[in-house]
Amino acid sequence: MPVWFIRLLVLLAAFGLLELACRTGSIDRHTMPPPTLMAVYAWQVLASGRVTADILMTLQNVGIAFLLAVSVGFLVGVVLHRLPRLRRAVDPLLASYYAVPVFIFYPLFIVIFGLNNWPLIAIGFLFAVVAMVINTLNGFDRVPRVLFKVARVHRLSRPAEVWLITLPSAAPYLFTGVKLCVAYSFIGVVAGEFILAGAGLGYEIAFAYNNFDNRTMYGLMLFLLVFVTAVNMALHVWERRLHARRSRGS
Amino acid sequence: MASTTEEFGAAARRGGALLDTLLVIVAILAVWQGLHWLAGDVAIASPRATLERLTELLADPRFWPNVWETLRAFGLALLYALLGGLILGVVLGGHRLSGEVAEPILVALYSIPKITLYPVILLFFGLGMSAKVAFGTIHGIIPVVIFTMNAVRNIAPVYLRTARALRMGPLETGWRVLLPATVPEIVSGFRIGFALTLLGTLIGELFASQRGLGFLIIRSMERHDVPTLLAVALLLFVFATLTSWLLLLLDRRLHRRL
Repeated sequence: MPVWFIRLLVLLAAFGLLELACRTGSIDRHTMPPPTLMAVYAWQVLASGRVTADILMTLQNVGIAFLLAVSVGFLVGVVLHRLPRLRRAVDPLLASYYAVPVFIFYPLFIVIFGLNNWPLIAIGFLFAVVAMVINTLNGFDRVPRVLFKVARVHRLSRPAEVWLITLPSAAPYLFTGVKLCVAYSFIGVVAGEFILAGAGLGYEIAFAYNNFDNRTMYGLMLFLLVFVTAVNMALHVWERRLHARRSRGS
Repeated sequence: MASTTEEFGAAARRGGALLDTLLVIVAILAVWQGLHWLAGDVAIASPRATLERLTELLADPRFWPNVWETLRAFGLALLYALLGGLILGVVLGGHRLSGEVAEPILVALYSIPKITLYPVILLFFGLGMSAKVAFGTIHGIIPVVIFTMNAVRNIAPVYLRTARALRMGPLETGWRVLLPATVPEIVSGFRIGFALTLLGTLIGELFASQRGLGFLIIRSMERHDVPTLLAVALLLFVFATLTSWLLLLLDRRLHRRL
């Protein structure tokens, strides 16, 4: 039996158990509707078109935050890698970074950027950028030394060395960073919307929750979780392929 | 002679590193002050005002119950995240097939915006301590599982063969072979799990809570009390950075030993 098939069975079993627990009343209907019903709710909410604008806005914010985080994070990673002293000094800050709830800076961002989408984008960006920095550093650290010797033997110029040796060799780690950036920009933007904003998918879920509108809440929740999981799974499969090609090539 | 020179060099490097960290702190303060000048008191209090507010808070007896509340929730959540993550990680790493089945599921769980699950957690655990602990735990446990699992998976096969030759049972193998051999990676996982558990606990305190630092944050946001907001954030940041720095030292020492 292939692994993905077992995985599918495990997931189906988990959902089946949840469904069973809800249908038999072990979990109260008002606490949580069964997953099949959630799917129906999700479909109803999506089909009504009520939240289309919110979804598009969230996706747009996540997209911008993601692009900014990947490019800035990569550049900062490169600079830190070139300056080991600076890197050693900021290392403890990088590791504890995620313990600080970034959204407390929302009021600051509103003053700096104004009342628009940019404060949310800034939160998503701040949440994602450090993951890219850490993984860029990781990737450059793991380039085998022998490859640099090869570059010297072939008298490669500095740009050629970076392009032909450093980047391809660090690529899997960079990809991990990109993958984390997708996840973290989603988490940052949605969390910001959930707590603070007046529009977007996270806001709609919080709004439904505050109004005891279980149908919309669970429907949107399921939609969001399925959507994010699908994006991450696609990236995961792509990453696997990248790794497989590398190990075949070497 | 050579060793004394080396020791001297190491001491100088340590001194240099300390100086560098100080410089980074000075740079952060400078940026902070600059932002204050740029955006004004409405958005961000100056470093000095924040420090004054923080000393005020620390002297205020009404502040401490909030700290203890958060520390208690965080401590419990951390305990569950580390123990649970460790056990799950060793089991999943030790059994190759279950590890392969579970890994993408874990990564997917790690990357969903867990904040949207908050209403569900609240419905299941009710208001109060247990919801906060549960929320902190679900944030922190997954990185610990992933790191532990990978560490156990990449263990040198000769250790396992030795364990088999000595006829150790699975429990004894886990305790005497797998755990000691994987401690450095596990500490790296703890570092990430620590930060995320703290974040999760704080987010848990933001809603439907009457005490705790997260509650203070959301209340000062609602009242637009910027100095208090920043003072609590500074306290959290210093706490997280100091702990993370200690774990980093431990991490380096353990990696060197191997």
